[in-house]
Amino acid sequence: MQARTGTVGLPAAEHERHRPVTVVQPSRGWIALRLGDLWAYRELGYLLAWRDVKVRYAQTLLGALWAVIQPLTMMVIFALVFGRFAKLPSEGVPYTLFALAALVPWTFFASGLSGAAQSLVRNEQLVSKIYFPRLLLPIGAAGSFLLDLAIGTVLLFVLMPFYGFYPGIRTLTLPAIALLPLACALAVGILFAALSVRYRDVAYVVPFLIQIWLFATPVAYSATLLPDELQSVIGLNPMAGAVEGFRWAVLETGSFPSNTLLLSGASCVVLLLVALIYFRRTERHFADLI
Amino acid sequence: MAAPAIVIEDLGKRYRMGRLHYGRLTESISNSSKRLFKPKSGQNGSTSRAEYLWALRHVDLEIAEGEVIGIVGHNGAGKTTLLKVLSRITEPTEGRAQFAGIVGSLLEVGTGFHPELTGRENVFLNGAVLGMRRSEVKRKFDEIVEFAEIGRFLDTPVKRYSSGMYVRLAFSVAAHLEPDILVVDEVLAVGDIDFQKRCLGKMDDVARAGRTVIFVSHNMSAVTRLCQRAAWLHKGRIVEIGSAERVVEKYFASGAEFEGERIWPGGSRRPGVTELSIRGARIVAPGGVTSTVDIRCSFRIEIDYDIHAPLRGMSVGGVLRRTDGAGVFEAYDSDVSGWPSRRLPGAYTTSCEIPGNLLNDGRYSFTIYSFIHGTILAHIEDALVFDVVDLEPSGSESLGIQHRDGVVRPQLRWTHSTEPPDIESSGDP
Repeated sequence: MQARTGTVGLPAAEHERHRPVTVVQPSRGWIALRLGDLWAYRELGYLLAWRDVKVRYAQTLLGALWAVIQPLTMMVIFALVFGRFAKLPSEGVPYTLFALAALVPWTFFASGLSGAAQSLVRNEQLVSKIYFPRLLLPIGAAGSFLLDLAIGTVLLFVLMPFYGFYPGIRTLTLPAIALLPLACALAVGILFAALSVRYRDVAYVVPFLIQIWLFATPVAYSATLLPDELQSVIGLNPMAGAVEGFRWAVLETGSFPSNTLLLSGASCVVLLLVALIYFRRTERHFADLI
Repeated sequence: MAAPAIVIEDLGKRYRMGRLHYGRLTESISNSSKRLFKPKSGQNGSTSRAEYLWALRHVDLEIAEGEVIGIVGHNGAGKTTLLKVLSRITEPTEGRAQFAGIVGSLLEVGTGFHPELTGRENVFLNGAVLGMRRSEVKRKFDEIVEFAEIGRFLDTPVKRYSSGMYVRLAFSVAAHLEPDILVVDEVLAVGDIDFQKRCLGKMDDVARAGRTVIFVSHNMSAVTRLCQRAAWLHKGRIVEIGSAERVVEKYFASGAEFEGERIWPGGSRRPGVTELSIRGARIVAPGGVTSTVDIRCSFRIEIDYDIHAPLRGMSVGGVLRRTDGAGVFEAYDSDVSGWPSRRLPGAYTTSCEIPGNLLNDGRYSFTIYSFIHGTILAHIEDALVFDVVDLEPSGSESLGIQHRDGVVRPQLRWTHSTEPPDIESSGDP
């Protein structure tokens, strides 16, 4: 290597550091997930998530209050329609709390999923002008809603004492349980993000899917209402595990839903793997197609 | 001897044209099911409706460490594709490129800027997007802000910035990027004239700092000034490579951009800003649109543009240069009194008459500029290239020369006076 001195604005020592070799060539066959790339670009990931949070509530009157308005409104509607009118049983917990404990992770999942699904198209300029691991976009978009999840959870804790409930020791498991809606939003979001590059239909499909999914998940109702054979497989819907887990941890309902959680965890991992592989396989054409 | 910093071998990029590109879901499903039944050999069958275009083919290039190389070529020659492949934005279809060192690419300034974020926040975000570490941005922060001259607007959302401030800040972040290898597209065609000069100065610094730079530009004078070597890309292949002066000369000599008329297709590809976009430009001589003008005849330079929002105090015009770089003049429609300073949205053509018997014979290029209060609305380097020729050399016989010196060859008013020799006065003491 040629030694250089007197370079403008660059200390010589820095210039003589280890030089990485980059190779650009067509990728063939099944490519590795290259999750190491994500780590190398983690600072950009944080910044993208932070930007999304910052921009979401920029120039709004209520700011981060919007993070609680959505689940609260849903809670009121659910409490009226399903609690008051339909009189659905709620495992011995006031229906309002019962619904909110599920709506908090659900809202996080729904907004994380739609944010991630639209992240590539929304950042078209970045995708077509700059190289970085494209996975950072859906991850950053979904990750930015973790703040909303935290705010929603605090709201839940604030409302609980009004109904005579207090957070117990099980609360400590919440961060682990929160991984489930996060991973699920990421999996589906990443898959749709990759599809959205080619098919703008995704923008119409996702809200529709979320609506259907809401009713396929025991958010408004208790899983105990389902027939036994369905109860044993409801965990295949990863959001069922997330919702049940949240209720178990916050409201201390019944025994640990180990069967559901296990199934949900497994199906979530499978979904995530499929999504990652599809994303990586199509990633090379993103800049050409978007 | 310097080791090569970049080795490009047989690089190629193929695009698929036609409808399949943005196919609908149903179409794609029926196609994949067809492919399912015709594996491998059926490729031709299922893709018969698609056409392929090699935007880049068989590109071989070795670039030494510390070298600054220019890539020239007309629009659509594959310059941008080459940059996109080299900066890993899109994958090549064949071949490979290898880099020794950290690669930074600048395909435009301000990528990733968010209008809602403040100047300060955008510096950090844009820095990260360009591949800078947070600590690096922190270290250079004051320098970046100083260079951009945005001062007290640092904590204002950039959507409130004037377009000049926005561009200055964006360029400033980019200019402080210090990778081993820098890949730069035409990022200099922005901002006001003063700032452009400073940007070119900054590029000079980068070039002198011993960094390896690949520089794509339409600005031939910038290429000859900044680059030692240049490569000429034509239809996706390198057709000429060598010293920058020689390649630029050949490029002009080929008349690659040698049309009496240029038309920019619609959409966002048109040069300009949101308020104004250039549609086309042409040379019109008495015989119609041409790229060859008789030295004795007057001709017009016409510029077509669309105005999308009412503009007050704008001007259109440009710089005429000889292709060897010698300046001839810079003129604008606002030079004369009574110019329409306020223009409403609509399609406009502004034309300027160049009198006959003004320019010398030779090759000229016209660079279009449009300004509003010192800010550039549009800038198209070497938009038109044309020849001025002396079709009937006459009046030069006594000189016995083919070509006269000078950028202009005006017919001046010559007067002669003769007086008979005055013997009486000459005899005076």
